[in-house]
Amino acid sequence: MGPRGRQAREYARGQRGRLADRAKLNRVGAEWRRIPPRFRGWVPLLVLVSLGLTYPFYVSSLPSNVPLILTFPGLHSSVTILVFVVMAVGLNIVVGYAGLLDLGYVAFYAIGAYTAGWLASGQFQQVNVHFGSIGLAPSARGIHINMWLVLLIAALLTAIGGILIGLPTLRLRGDYLAIVTLGFGEIIPQFVRNADAEGFGGFDLTHGTFGISPIDSLGFGATLHDSVGLPESYSQSFNADRLFFWTVLIILLITVFCSMRLRDSRLGRAWIAIREDETAAGAMGIPLMRTKTWSYAIGAFFGGMAGAYVATFNQGAFPSQFDFNISVFLLCMVILGGMGSLWGVVVAGTILAWLNVEGLANIGTWLNNNTPLDIEVPKYEFGIYGVIIVLMMLFRPTGLIPERRRKREIEEGTRGTLDEPLYEMRMANEPGAGERGSPGRQPRG
Amino acid sequence: MFVALLLVWLAINLVKEPEDFFNVALIGFTTGSVYALVALGYTLVYGILQLINFAHGDVFALSGLVASTFIVTIFGLDENSAALTILGGLLVTFICAAAFGAIVNSTIEFVAYRRLRNAPRLAVLITAVGMSFIVQNISLAIYGVNFRSVPPLIPGSDVFTINGVHYGWDSLFVVLVTAPVLVLLSWLVKSTRQGKAMRATSQDPEAAAIMGIDVNRTISFTFVLAGGLAGIGAVLYLVEFNIRYDTGFQLGLIAFTAAVLGGIGNLTGAVLGAILIGLIQAFNEGLSWAAPGSDWTRSIVFGILIAILVFRPEGLLGERTPEGA
Repeated sequence: MGPRGRQAREYARGQRGRLADRAKLNRVGAEWRRIPPRFRGWVPLLVLVSLGLTYPFYVSSLPSNVPLILTFPGLHSSVTILVFVVMAVGLNIVVGYAGLLDLGYVAFYAIGAYTAGWLASGQFQQVNVHFGSIGLAPSARGIHINMWLVLLIAALLTAIGGILIGLPTLRLRGDYLAIVTLGFGEIIPQFVRNADAEGFGGFDLTHGTFGISPIDSLGFGATLHDSVGLPESYSQSFNADRLFFWTVLIILLITVFCSMRLRDSRLGRAWIAIREDETAAGAMGIPLMRTKTWSYAIGAFFGGMAGAYVATFNQGAFPSQFDFNISVFLLCMVILGGMGSLWGVVVAGTILAWLNVEGLANIGTWLNNNTPLDIEVPKYEFGIYGVIIVLMMLFRPTGLIPERRRKREIEEGTRGTLDEPLYEMRMANEPGAGERGSPGRQPRG
Repeated sequence: MFVALLLVWLAINLVKEPEDFFNVALIGFTTGSVYALVALGYTLVYGILQLINFAHGDVFALSGLVASTFIVTIFGLDENSAALTILGGLLVTFICAAAFGAIVNSTIEFVAYRRLRNAPRLAVLITAVGMSFIVQNISLAIYGVNFRSVPPLIPGSDVFTINGVHYGWDSLFVVLVTAPVLVLLSWLVKSTRQGKAMRATSQDPEAAAIMGIDVNRTISFTFVLAGGLAGIGAVLYLVEFNIRYDTGFQLGLIAFTAAVLGGIGNLTGAVLGAILIGLIQAFNEGLSWAAPGSDWTRSIVFGILIAILVFRPEGLLGERTPEGA
């Protein structure tokens, strides 16, 4: 259990005395104390995970006429939502931990999806390569590699792509980096859109605007199916959505776990140091380029895996999926959740991805039916994200669930308000700094 | 090396189809002049706040859409109107679009960027991205998803023709509008008190504040100026092409590339870069021999952007600063 949990417990202890129903609370407390201390922090997580894992069983019995949101997301939508959350967690490594604004994360998504398309579909009719492919006749043309391997290969290739993009660009200052990543985020989708036989010198690399389809499905093959009972092929299964849902949930858990462990590792601390003050971090002996490139590579790894997963889930990779808007959408998740705050990003990612997949449409329908309003809410989706971004930056730059370090870091800078003099000629650590708004407030930092 | 190959490619095209080459070059020059007006907006704001104002392109698009309302609905101009009516109407449209762009741009600054003056630069940049989407969706809400265009007000008939190289009145019109605006801007920045304040603020805002310059007002003025330029550029763009709510995003990125190419913060550089980008775009789309074609324009422009930022971040005319770029 981290210090925040300890704080929360102390707060709860202080409040407990004031509550009337003390005995009941004590009883709950007694139960709570029976859990060994080092496992207590895991309880909320375990509850959530088990709720998630069993979601396919109770989703159909959830109420279907809820005010405002109408329905809870079905399984098919949930898979898409969770893939977005995986990407948001990946982007959080780049933007949140290392403080590198990446406006072209969609490029990694695209690389991952197209790697899956190349390695597990009939795109390359010229060859006939099979390696552990599932549910296909051995004579099927094209490259068909086992989809589980493809997920990994796509992630690794995207990580290499991240390194290649990062090496020349990571020397740049923050805002230039943002625009360069934006450039890559525009070039790569345009490349996959154009690189068909016509635009790419007679070689059909990406099948142009039609995209690559069908892409092979995940699955465990006949041997494991017969001996252990694992599903042979997801897409041929009766409950394909369930299987895809559980798999992406596991991928998400792995991503979150890796992200958490990375944050507390030597590398993660180096990222945070760079985010807070690059010059100082460099002076302390942190290899700046290498550390930043690692953040890019790891962020790209998860983006690529998510891309490949979407490709196999949708059984295709289509260029229209890879808009600049997706980059901003993911960035909005990270900002809403709190840059660097892992759980914040997971929560905000779930909410925003749900809004994107079906929430806004549902809310729009509800509003139009129950209020005199008549707006096409989904049409203004990105305007809404814009408003979220701006409001968060203006009023709560630390996000919904702030990370403590990040909070302190940002508060250092934003004490000025509209009416105060713009430039204060005092250093932050001198006495008197930061007391403009509220006298007696101690400077932090 | 790369430049040499490029020159060889241009030379081969020049020899093969000289008429096409010059026609395309003139088109590129015209497009470049429009880009220049937008690029100047980026460069002005970057010079003073070190902020990439992502919303600038969307201010451009919104001003253009408003201008289309003026031209089509309010003045009802079309190609059959009398020449004087057209010119008068366009003049009023220019003024209104410029004023509108200026108001929107400075409002954005006042509402969002001003509160973040002391925040990390990343925060302001992210806010700018958010603002861009907000302005874009305002355009979407008012004007819908369809392209807006105006009737061909300036006739495309030739000013001169030399050996099959045509130069139309519409192209000349763009240059006739852009050139005085650029001269005016240059005078404003170089010779007026307000321009001096701008330059001082962009060099060192704190020192400028000590010298009695109202930094906030100067920054607002810069946004007004940038928005006005965007408005004028938008009308020119509207006369030649058509605009819809998301035109500004793409065009803004191209214009930003132009500003970076010329050396961001450098006014002459922005104009030079814009004309170069206009030429590159026109050559790419218009030349017949081994040109990648319009499908690849964006990739090429962003490729240039990345190459410039990586190899020569100070741009063509910029100065190398101690902290690099």
